[in-house]
Amino acid sequence: MSATMTTTSGPAPRPTPTEPRSYHFPAFERRTLPNGMRLLVAPVSKLPLVSITAVVDAGASVEREGEDGVATLTAQLLLEGAGGLDGAALTDRFERIGTSVDAHADWDAATVSLTVLAERLPDALALVRDLLRTPEFPDREVARLKDERLAELLQLRAEPGALADEQFARAVYAPTARYATLAGGNATSVRAMTRDVVRDFYDERYRPSTTTLVFAGDVSVERAEALTRELFGDWHGVAGPTSARAVDASPPTRIVRVVAKTDAPQSELRVGHAGLPRRHPDYFDATVMNAVLGGLFSSRINLNLREVHGYTYGAFSAFEWRRAAGPFVIQTAVKSDVTGAAVREILHEIERMRSAEISTDELTLATSYLDGVFPIRYETTSAIATALSNLVIHDLPERFYDEYRARVRGVTTEGVLRAAQRHLHPDRLHIVVVGDPAVVVTPLADIHGAPVDVVTPDGTEVAA
Amino acid sequence: MQIPIETFRLDNGLFVTLSEDHTAPIVAVNLWYHVGSANERAGRTGFAHLFEHMLFQGSASVGANEHFELVQRAGGTLNGSTWLDRTNYYETVPSNQLELALWLEANRMGYLLPAMTQQKLDTQRDVVQNERRWSMDNQPYGSWWERLPALCYPPNHPFHHSLIGSMRDLDAASLEDIEQFFTTYYTPDNAVLSIAGDFDRVEAKRLVERHFGPIPRGAGKPPLPDMTLPPTFGGALREVVPDDVVLPRLFLAFRSPVFGSDDYYVASVCGAILGLKKGSRLHRRLVREEQIAAEAQSFTYDLTKGSDLLVLDVTGRPETSPEALERAVGDEVDRLRDGGVTAEEVARAVTLIETELIVSLQSAGDRADKLSLFATYFGDPSLVNTQAARYRDVTPERVNAFARTRLGADNRASLLYVPRESETTTASRELAEAGAR
Repeated sequence: MSATMTTTSGPAPRPTPTEPRSYHFPAFERRTLPNGMRLLVAPVSKLPLVSITAVVDAGASVEREGEDGVATLTAQLLLEGAGGLDGAALTDRFERIGTSVDAHADWDAATVSLTVLAERLPDALALVRDLLRTPEFPDREVARLKDERLAELLQLRAEPGALADEQFARAVYAPTARYATLAGGNATSVRAMTRDVVRDFYDERYRPSTTTLVFAGDVSVERAEALTRELFGDWHGVAGPTSARAVDASPPTRIVRVVAKTDAPQSELRVGHAGLPRRHPDYFDATVMNAVLGGLFSSRINLNLREVHGYTYGAFSAFEWRRAAGPFVIQTAVKSDVTGAAVREILHEIERMRSAEISTDELTLATSYLDGVFPIRYETTSAIATALSNLVIHDLPERFYDEYRARVRGVTTEGVLRAAQRHLHPDRLHIVVVGDPAVVVTPLADIHGAPVDVVTPDGTEVAA
Repeated sequence: MQIPIETFRLDNGLFVTLSEDHTAPIVAVNLWYHVGSANERAGRTGFAHLFEHMLFQGSASVGANEHFELVQRAGGTLNGSTWLDRTNYYETVPSNQLELALWLEANRMGYLLPAMTQQKLDTQRDVVQNERRWSMDNQPYGSWWERLPALCYPPNHPFHHSLIGSMRDLDAASLEDIEQFFTTYYTPDNAVLSIAGDFDRVEAKRLVERHFGPIPRGAGKPPLPDMTLPPTFGGALREVVPDDVVLPRLFLAFRSPVFGSDDYYVASVCGAILGLKKGSRLHRRLVREEQIAAEAQSFTYDLTKGSDLLVLDVTGRPETSPEALERAVGDEVDRLRDGGVTAEEVARAVTLIETELIVSLQSAGDRADKLSLFATYFGDPSLVNTQAARYRDVTPERVNAFARTRLGADNRASLLYVPRESETTTASRELAEAGAR
């Protein structure tokens, strides 16, 4: 430190904030076409950009038994031939107007989305019409995307984090539950997929009444509506019936499973159980509870595992919000020889969360963060389009985003304790570790008080 | 697309750029220090990055875990990152919390050392060693992060050594190193401060002067060794790495013009023609048509001294041999070099890049970071407003001239990941089983 630095030129005292300026989530309007197709439009004119997302009720959770992965494959295949253009030509059309389109399916919806300069919106939307209304599913591309998916599944075996996620889902859900396997399907189901299965899924699920088009950016409601009427007004067809697949949790006894990766320098850890459906009435209490437990950098779990013990580069927890109860998971990667110690700390933090109210300081850290960061989350047109898509997918109240900040601020320490006691279940916290069995099996068995499962990366049981 | 920019310099040398935008009550504060792994001394690889971690451990007026907590409590986001030639620190906060962000940055720029302890250093050393395990040692292909620069830059060149650092060098880092590095590089005259978003110019200037003004100028930093390199490797470089992977993967690198030079934009467009998105040549030919690759992309390191790198990154299908993958990518490069590119291909690349440039200006944090980048490297943040035009100046002739001089056999470095024997056997067995079902 320089000798010229004296107390007279020392650091200024800690500043206090000035008056906050008000913020409102972008106003949006809804329209419905006579064919049942819906529109949500949020005009935001900061930059000459528009983001569009077509949300289709065609996610993995409405797949039929034995067709795991058809939702993903169908969404991807939209880009591989439509409206008389093959996949290469379609790609070229999008890219020449300066955009690339993403089409994928997750658990609750298929989405087709892109961001484009406002002046190219009509061209982009005409191409999206082709994808949604006249996809061709060429045999060659069906075969190619199946092969690419199989390659991806092989690759996953070599990625400790992805492997841990996969094995964690298998531990949390009953073998028959759709959530127990990957949304994109497993090798057996993908291998069995045919063009007819894809075509049938498309015919039943991609209809005007199951589709919502979201616009966010430099476009007026009138213009968005006129373009949509012109391009989709004569789209007809009725969606088939759906029945959401079962997502039962596994039996409520703890599973401790080691996925063997000999000589791994680190253990990928997943600890958790089935969580809550998105529209659970405790959503806000659970969100704030999770922020304190492991959702923030300054959360209990991250400060404990990273800043106090130096076990890891980072540790966090999350409820994965789906229509049905997605997983609640704590995840981290720790140096192999502290695997047992890290698991003990995690279990301890769960117990602590359930046994006493958090301090007012911890509560306000979480609530003021979630409240204050809200405008920062919606700086971009694509983030606004995604937020509106979630409104559609989960059928949230119309004023959800307007009320979000007040709801967060309304959470109390009692509400957090209640959420922890209701929704954290120590007796069935499953533990999955991808790591070196020679190092991790004994400490995990000590914690479990029983032998642990050891499996190979493909899930085959190994004699311990 | 032009964003408004104003600049000034404090007496202590701190260069400041401001860019107002009042569409949302958000402001971004972004600091670039002109120091990175290139400045590390022998035996201290990884130190610049470890030091970055230490900047979040508090300063004279800020407690051990308070930096993150104060920003998050204010409703802000924050982080930092280390690169070969710079280190940045940034936060985006509600606009009424601008002074907090400036105060935090000024406090650690001016008054870091009183808060440094052996225990904090030991903990962050553990954290960083776990970061290394997580991002490299326990990741398939993870070692490319240090193998590619090591292959492409000669030993002793400042870009040759590992950014994350070796475990041994990290173990050796001491509090004395912290003090020396801080005193040498973390000075106002070696930094750029950018503020973007919702603020009042007069008030922002007053706050910057108040918090950063008293911090004394540094004594100057030691010059980097001569970084100049010939335009090509002068031969084919090649390294084959057996790894715990099931798919082969090739990183094919070329020495290319430094970031900011006219030819950088040409190289960047050439890279985009080969590997930007699904309409690129590598994706179209190798993924879609020949189906020997699972993924293909290209990128540049964006270095401003010595030589940049243009890299093609292609992952093979399970049934593709590593050698076949390498040959196929090489053939595509030859085809471009011999046959040239079309005006349509250049137009596709430039149009995609232009949209990306505008999209990247949407958030205050990204704006501030770009301003700091151009101010740090070139002393002129307004260059952010010229990027689209520079890409539009690229012609097929210029791309072809670039390809002729830089994509030849004398300028290719091939880093090839191959599945270890056991993995190959397992993968083909599983493929065969899946096929039988």
